[in-house]
This record gives sequence, structure tokens and C-alpha cells, in this order.
Amino acid sequence: MKLAFYIHVPYCSKRCGYCDFNTYTPTELKISTGLNQISNSYIDLVIKEIELAKFKIKEPVEVSSIFFGGGTPSLMEPVDLGRVITKIKTDFGIASNAEITLEVNPDSVDRDKLELFFEIGINRLSIGMQSAVSKVLKILDRTHNPENVSKVVNWATDIGFKQISVDLIYGTPGESKEDWQQSIDAALALPISHISAYALIVEPGTKLAAQIKRGEVAELDDDLTAEKYLMADQAFTNAGFYWYELSNWAKDNSKSRHNLSYWLGENWLGIGPGAHSHIDGERYWNVKHPTLYKEKVEIGQLPIADSEILDSNQIESERLMLSIRLTSGIETKSLNMKQITDLSGYVESGHLNHSDWQQGRATLTLNGRLIADRIVREILL
Amino acid sequence: MPAISIAKAPQPAATNPQQIRNFCIIAHIDHGKSTLADRMLGITGVVEDRNMRAQYLDRMDIERERGITIKSQAVRLPWRSGIDGQEYILNMIDTPGHVDFTYEVSRSLAACEGAILLVDCAQGIEAQTLANLYLAMENDLTIIPVLNKIDLPAAQPDKFAEELAKLIGCQPQDCLRVSGKTGQGVELLLDQIVKQIPAPVGDPKAATRALIFDSVYDSYRGVVTYVRVVDGHLSPRDQIQMYSTGVRHEMLEVGVISPEPMASNGLGVGEVGYLITGVKDVRQSRVGDTVTTYNNPAKVALAGYKDPKPMVFSGLFPLDGAEYPMLREALDKLQLNDAALVFEPESSAALGFGFRCGFLGLLHMEIVRERLEREAGLTLISTAPSVVYNVTLDDGKKLVVTNPSEYPDGKIAEVYEPIVKATILAPSEFIGTIMELCQQRRGVQKGMDYLSEDRIEIRYTLPLAEIVFDFFDQLKSRTRGYASLDYEPIGEEIGDLVKVDILLQGEKVDAFSQIVHRDKAYAYGVSMTGKLRELIPRQQFEVPIQAAIGAKIIARENIRAIRKDVLAKCYGGDITRKRKLLEKQKEGKKRMKMVGRVEVPQEAFIAALTTDSDKASEKKK
Repeated sequence: MKLAFYIHVPYCSKRCGYCDFNTYTPTELKISTGLNQISNSYIDLVIKEIELAKFKIKEPVEVSSIFFGGGTPSLMEPVDLGRVITKIKTDFGIASNAEITLEVNPDSVDRDKLELFFEIGINRLSIGMQSAVSKVLKILDRTHNPENVSKVVNWATDIGFKQISVDLIYGTPGESKEDWQQSIDAALALPISHISAYALIVEPGTKLAAQIKRGEVAELDDDLTAEKYLMADQAFTNAGFYWYELSNWAKDNSKSRHNLSYWLGENWLGIGPGAHSHIDGERYWNVKHPTLYKEKVEIGQLPIADSEILDSNQIESERLMLSIRLTSGIETKSLNMKQITDLSGYVESGHLNHSDWQQGRATLTLNGRLIADRIVREILL
Repeated sequence: MPAISIAKAPQPAATNPQQIRNFCIIAHIDHGKSTLADRMLGITGVVEDRNMRAQYLDRMDIERERGITIKSQAVRLPWRSGIDGQEYILNMIDTPGHVDFTYEVSRSLAACEGAILLVDCAQGIEAQTLANLYLAMENDLTIIPVLNKIDLPAAQPDKFAEELAKLIGCQPQDCLRVSGKTGQGVELLLDQIVKQIPAPVGDPKAATRALIFDSVYDSYRGVVTYVRVVDGHLSPRDQIQMYSTGVRHEMLEVGVISPEPMASNGLGVGEVGYLITGVKDVRQSRVGDTVTTYNNPAKVALAGYKDPKPMVFSGLFPLDGAEYPMLREALDKLQLNDAALVFEPESSAALGFGFRCGFLGLLHMEIVRERLEREAGLTLISTAPSVVYNVTLDDGKKLVVTNPSEYPDGKIAEVYEPIVKATILAPSEFIGTIMELCQQRRGVQKGMDYLSEDRIEIRYTLPLAEIVFDFFDQLKSRTRGYASLDYEPIGEEIGDLVKVDILLQGEKVDAFSQIVHRDKAYAYGVSMTGKLRELIPRQQFEVPIQAAIGAKIIARENIRAIRKDVLAKCYGGDITRKRKLLEKQKEGKKRMKMVGRVEVPQEAFIAALTTDSDKASEKKK
């Protein structure tokens, strides 16, 4: 069985205003020392959870990918992440070409640290660039210096990283089309092979949501955001990056294999506070707070908060909802008559690709990608 | 205590007409009629304190909640006069208090010799009360003016005593002052009813004639018919006959209400009570008809019988097409108890299958709709109310149109629309705004009088169509709720009318069509397209909304296609949440009505019922 690992590192030196991820700052956790101080003890827990998680896996596996996400996993010590990789290797067995990704905050690494990450086996970096425009970064409440992005990417290239991705955010209130173009151009000027570009989502409970509610920051403009998506797709395509998922573009052979496992409904184990797992139609997720997580793991319990066993309709709904996001789309022979009728309107309106449809696949056109949720709602079970 | 025990009181069928007083209470909603009635039940001893509940006589929940008495009822109250010490029987006939039920009110009044004009002395008389007062005066009823709620701090009994005195031509000091709430003055009022209201007069030897003033369907007993005996006698053994239809019925029971039904040996001249015949449908026992006996039928009917005529029509459609059979069943059931309700199947391109329903007026329409939704658990879309148009085509052919979608396109020689006489009472500070509203609604002023220094009565004739189109809401909002309205149909007039159609994506939506005056067609088109633009969510394609007269487009709006409807991120931890979100959104979509390819929310159909543009923008928030 193919298996992916997601390792969550729930720490950041500071929380960004738009972020609702399960991550904690030293202030929130009342830690006076730096976060690098807790790297060792936190990773001890991660390794212990991996040990416990073995019982969830009933058959031999080959690990195809590991993804260190967060939070800010690049705050951890390379040697500690190395211990995690070794643990997975020894306990589960790992494919020789496994993809091992680390999310990197450009402010959190220097060249030496990057080299160490390379040495322990990290072979893909995902760099949180978000924007090249200081004004936009400020609204997003990001603290990194935009110039550090190119510095980090260039070091990484020098060191020998072949797979480098940057994350971009568009649609931030106050971001003009020109600002966005500047960010696109800055990203494309880097020696990278993968781009993720996300429309900003204002999540309830975040600082940004409060600012918008108070009128300090403008509301999102969906029409403008849509135009920015089109700008991005055009620029990325011209530069040889092809979309393979709604928000992801890659050069040949540089798709994120780890993320594809999510979209293809494969099995993965999520390790760390709040991490989600999916094994053969069962989804479960861990307790969110690091303290509670620690208590559970230390007494040898899997730190599961809750789980759901998907029924066949839910499995099918998720399959539709995820596969529509990919270039490969949905095979029409897997659909019933009503779903086909419902979708055929979108073929006529140009939201689904006509020639793919005739060859038995429902795939999104550029305009269709912008209303993917609306289309998939029609055919949910 | 002037109360008499019921057992010792004069018995039905054996009460001398000289001992009987038949009266009703004319009052506006909220002026405390039900509370006063409750108090009378208590003081006369027919309801013991421990059995008392508020608004004892209002049977339906809807009535109690809305404070409206839809169906009248008659209660027999024994009373020993505090003036002469004699025993009397007071029959209190309750009357409906709303404009739509004028005919029912007139029949209730016809069953009485006197009326209590009950006015809240914190508010003064209202238009409908005034209309009913005039009706009572036309029926030669003795009017006893009564000011209620004298216990309220805001009471101004002197001011409103002047007003009442002026209206009915008495002295201000003739107005009795009571509090239904505390009971103050109520015994005195009962004595005055005995003293002032004449006893009924009739011929006990003549052929039986009894007036039906109400008719109620009861699921256990069938139709309960309320009657006032004018001549002759009704006894439990009689076979009775309805004068208008000639149909004969077995009498199963005859009795009086005091205030629960009690079977009796019959009803004599001047008495008020009920009879049960096994009839299952109130349309066979119509208000205003004369009941006589089969063996000795009356030669002449009592005057004043009319068939109730629907004035306002609207389409009722189940939101879920599968509920159509349930809607039919519910309407059938409602009709058992509502002789004025008419309906026939209708099919709309936009709304599917439903029923075209005819109502006495707007309140009647609202009540029917609410009862269908509440009692049958249906979710309904009702189309904008329409009046009855008599259309003559160029070729001389005539047709009656009650549904805008059936209004002919072109080739119309002339159209007649119903006209009403409207009476509006309001504080005088609102004269300007009321006149402005009536002017906008094609009103013609007929007169104006000061009821008191700061209260006016304004009379207009208006097309009924203008009244059914949210006139009352507008009047209320312009006068901060102080104005009251009454209207009655006075005939029809030629109108320069056109049908405005609304097109979504070039396709006519029949449910949105409206017949309006030519001068207002443009404004209507602009407001309606604007409102729909606000209310219809963006779709994945552009939706033009047009208003048209025939082929001529008079207004246009555009709902731009939605550009973006997708969540950017969907990783491992997002999947469950996102699936649930999509499922929830899909549920929400089920509450939309598909009009062609366009998803139209229910609110859009409701919006067609109002002109108030604020409401549309509120919904958007």
C-alpha cells in the first residue's frame, strides 16, 4: 500500500493576520525561550506518535512522500527532522524516489541550515513567498522581507535542491492588478519548478476578518480576484508552468506528489496536533492543542480527537469534489444519468472542456476552474 | 349580584321576546372587545372564574395570536337588570372586525337591535369601526357609545367622548366609560343594554324565518349554523329548508351557546342560537340566507342575502411541486369552513402547478395562506394579488381576467377595473402625506371632515388594484401606524391599463406579470427589475432582467455572471469541512425555484407583492 506522511509543526514565531491554521506562537504558549529550543522535545513526541500510528496500518506499506508543514517547520532543527525521516524509513519502508517536502519561511533559514536540511534528505522546498509587494505583505501581516525569498531560492538551487515551489496569495484587499503582476513576475524570475497560488480566504476569527468587519480593511472583491486568477494562469502558462490542480502549476515532472495523494483519495497519516489522517475510507484527526497532544502521546495513546467512517455516498462525493480540481477531471462513465445531464449544461456554457467530454472526461476549462464548486455541487450525492 | 344561575334563567324556546336583548359590539382590533366580552361572561356568571381564559370566544389559534376575530359567535347571557330587577336574556353577537368581512358584519348586525360602539379611549375611533358604525346606523340599530380602557394612563376619555358624540349625534356625557380589564362600568353597561336596546319584534305564528349570520365547520359535528329567529319557531323535530337553494335538511340539534353549546327545545321569536343538520360544507348553509321549515315554508326571504364575491385573486403554489396534492386537500378542507374562498387549478410556467384562489380581500388572503402553511405544513409561494378586470376586445368579445398572465396582448377595446370607496382616519398632521399617497394611487378625493380638533376622516375613491398593491403598508408607514383604512367596492370604471411582463433571460416569467396603469408602467418596470437584480443571486451566466409591455422593453437590468465560486485550497485537513460545506450549499439550492435555467429565491416572488424598495435592499444584507 502506498502511504503519505504529513508531519505538522504547530509553531510560528508570530501569527499572520489571515491565518487560521493550527499553530501557536511562543507568547500564546507562554514559552520564554526560542522555538528552536522545543524542537527536540516536540520531535520526540512526533516520533512517539509515529510509533503508535503503526497500529493503524494493517498491511505492508511503501511511503511515497513526507511533507513537513505547519506552522513553520523550518524553525525546527534539521537534525530533529532527520530523526523523523529515519523513523519512517525504519518502521515503514520508504520509496527510493520518495518526495520529502519542507515548508520554509524565508526569514527562518540561512544557507547553513538549508544545507543541513538537504543533507538529512529533504528534496523539495515550498517557500512561503505570498507576495513581492511590501504593502500587500503588510496587509497580510507577514513579517518576512520580500528580498529574502530570492536569497533563499538561490541558496537552495546552489545547494542542489531540484524541486522548489513558491506559495503566492492573491486577492488581498488593497492589492492592485499591477501589484499582483509584480508578484507573478517576481516568482517567475526565480529558478523554481512549481507555484501554488491561492485566492485569499478570510477565515472567521482571524485578525483580518476582524479588521474587515471593523472597516479598517476593504472587503474582498471576487470579480477582481477572478481576473487575477486569469492573469496568473496566463503568465504561468507562458512561462512553462501548467496547471494540474486549481491552485497549482508545475513544470514537467514537478507536480507535488504528496498533495496529489490528497486529491486522488490515497491513504495518508497526519502526525502532530490537529493533523488529519485518511486510511481506507476512515478519516480521523488529532487533538488540536500541543499541550493536550503531549499528554495523550506521553501516556501512549493515539491523540485522536474524532473520526468519521465515510459511507459510499460520502466517498463518492469526496472523489467528485477532489478529482474535479485536477486536469484529469472526472471520468463520465463513473457518473449516473442525472449527473451527466446536470453537467452537460456546463459543457454547453463552456465551463467544461468539450473535446474531453466527448472522450469521456469532465474536465474544467479556464472559466470552469473559477466556478468549480458550483459545478461540483450539481453532482454531489 | 344581578347574575342569575343558568338553570333558573329563562329557558330557550320559552323566553318572552320582551325579555330578550340582541346586541353586538363594534370595535377595532385591539380596542378590547374580546376582553370586554370575557368580562361580560364572568359578570353574568356563564363562565366561572376558574374556567376563564383570555379571549374566551376566539376559537382559532390564529385569531388569538393576531387579535382578530374572524368568525362571530353568539352567546346567551342571563342578566337581572339593576334598574328594574327583572330577568333578561342578552344575546351577544360577536362581529368580525376587519374590512374584508363587511358582508359578514352586516349580517351579524342584521341579527341585532342594538350595538355597543366600543372605542379605546387612548386611540380613538378607527376607520373600520366607523364603517361598521355607519352600517349599524343604516340597519337602524340603537347605538350605545362606550369608551374602553379608562384605566390606561394614556386614556383621554373626554376627547374621544366628544368625537363619538359628534359621530352619532348624542351628548358626550351619554358615552359610558368602562374598563374591560378591571370590570369597571361593565355592570352598568349591561343594565343600559337592557334599558336602551329595544326588544326583538316578530310574529310567533307566522311561517318560520331565521337569519343565518354565521356558519362554522366543526370536524365532529359538521356545519354549525348560527341563526336569529325572526318569525315563527325552530324546534328539534323540524325539517328545515334553506330559502336560497330550496334544499331540505334534517335538524339534528338546535340550541344556544352559553358559552358552550347546549341543546334546547328550540328557539322562539327573537332568540339567537345554533342548529346542526349534518351538512358538511358551509357553502350549503350560507351567511345571509333564510332558514325556514319544510312543512310551512316562508313565502318571502329575509332581506339582504348576497353570495360572497371574491375581490382579490392570487396564485398559490407549493414550493415543492410534490406537495400539490396536499395543497388541494388542504384547500378542500379549508373551503368546508370558508364559503368565500374559491379556487381552481392553475399552472404556471415558472411555478408549476398550483391554484388560482379568490379572496374577499387582502386579510382574507393572508389568513388563508397562513392557515394552509400552518395547518397543512405546506411551504407556499403566492403570486402578487390581482383584482377582477372586465375586458372587452376589439371584436366585441368580453372576458373576465383575474390573472395577469391571462391578460390579452393588444386588441383591447376597453378594460373595466373595480373601484372602491375608501375611508381613512388619521391624526390631522398626516393629511398631506395621505393625500399624496392617494394621489399616487390614482385616487379621487371625495371629502374630508374633522372628527375632532386633530383627527380627520378623508374619503377617496380608488381603484381596488391600487389598494391591494401594498397600499395599507404604505399608509401605515407614512403615518407611523396611526392611520386606519376601510374600503368598500362601489363598482367599476374604465382604466388605461397595460400588462407589464418580466423576462428573465428573455423568457417571460408569468408569476411576475402585473397589470398596472399606463402612466405607472415604466416606474413599475424599473422598480421590479431593480428589485429582482438585488434578490436573484448571480448565476454562472449573465441574466438580463427586462420589463416589457407586449414586445416593447421598458426597463432592463443585468445580473452579471458570477466570476468566482471556488475555494482555493483543499488539502488533507480541509476535505471533510469542504464536503460538508458543499452539501449544505446544495441543500440551500433546493429552496430555490428554477425558472428556466435561473435559480430564483422565494423572496423574489414575495418582493413582487410590495413597492417598498427598502425591503429589497434589506434582504441583500
